[in-house]
Amino acid sequence: MITLHINGQMRQFPAVMNLAEFLESLELSGKRIAVEKNGEIVPKSQYLVTPVNDGDQLEIVVAVGGG
Amino acid sequence: MDTLVIAGRSYASRLLVGTGKYQNFAQTRAAIDASGAEIVTVAIRRTNIGQDPNQPSLLDALPPSRFTYLPNTAGCYTADDAIRTLRLARELLDGHDLVKLEVLGDPQSLYPNVVETIKAAEVLVKEGFKVMVYTSDDPIIAKQLEDIGCVAVMPLASLIGSGMGILNPWNLQIILSRLNVPVIVDAGVGTASDAAIAMELGCAAVLMNTAIAGAANPILMASAMKKAVEAGREAYLAGRMPKKAYQASPSSPTSGIIGS
Repeated sequence: MITLHINGQMRQFPAVMNLAEFLESLELSGKRIAVEKNGEIVPKSQYLVTPVNDGDQLEIVVAVGGG
Repeated sequence: MDTLVIAGRSYASRLLVGTGKYQNFAQTRAAIDASGAEIVTVAIRRTNIGQDPNQPSLLDALPPSRFTYLPNTAGCYTADDAIRTLRLARELLDGHDLVKLEVLGDPQSLYPNVVETIKAAEVLVKEGFKVMVYTSDDPIIAKQLEDIGCVAVMPLASLIGSGMGILNPWNLQIILSRLNVPVIVDAGVGTASDAAIAMELGCAAVLMNTAIAGAANPILMASAMKKAVEAGREAYLAGRMPKKAYQASPSSPTSGIIGS
């Protein structure tokens, strides 16, 4: 298991090979999202080659209604 | 044709609308269709990890192929948070770089923090964003934001979501007389006449959310706002008659009156 700081919460997840696999496990693959890892934007094209390690800080966002 | 031009792109509608506070996406879409708006603001928020990821999304209700998205930084109180939010938005929307910057001062007034706004605008413009910026109606700050390179300056008419209308038309006129980029009233419009007044002053457009979403019948109000913005624009272009405070002027002929 790895512990991630995700969207402001500490949570445990099974270890994964990369960000693409992690997003797949959350059923977020192919969704309109954007990901920031440790303060840096991760482009969609980099999901497969971006590792997700114990202690990483992730922000995953979507567009919602707003003014 | 009289079009609104922002960052080199033309829009037929001078009404920009928010997508918040509606009951559901169907109502959102119906109101936005009734408004005729082409530019819609959206917020960027954390996903709910663990919640059903197959819930309908705003992007399904309002396809980005049909509407110009204007991601905002609502809820950000520092330049850093606003910059991070818009970098995420650009990634989320496949490189889309037209954004609405707003950095707030406190949660009671939602008044803009212009110091943080200027800091964020400087960074974002350098990074290639086309920044439409929410600000106070301070003409000096408005001009600074234009000089930084913002593509539109959007002063408040009154507090966000207050519906208090245009509290200081004089400041808006000073801003309008000094800036070359589009000046768009953003925040404070309560009803159709407020939108018409903003356009009659010479504003390039009006941006609103609560005035439509908070109406008892949002779809009818969206239609009213569309007409008000068009009427106000036409009145501005037509050039109003001069005001004569102390001298009336009859509309009917003064000769040939019976008994004269």
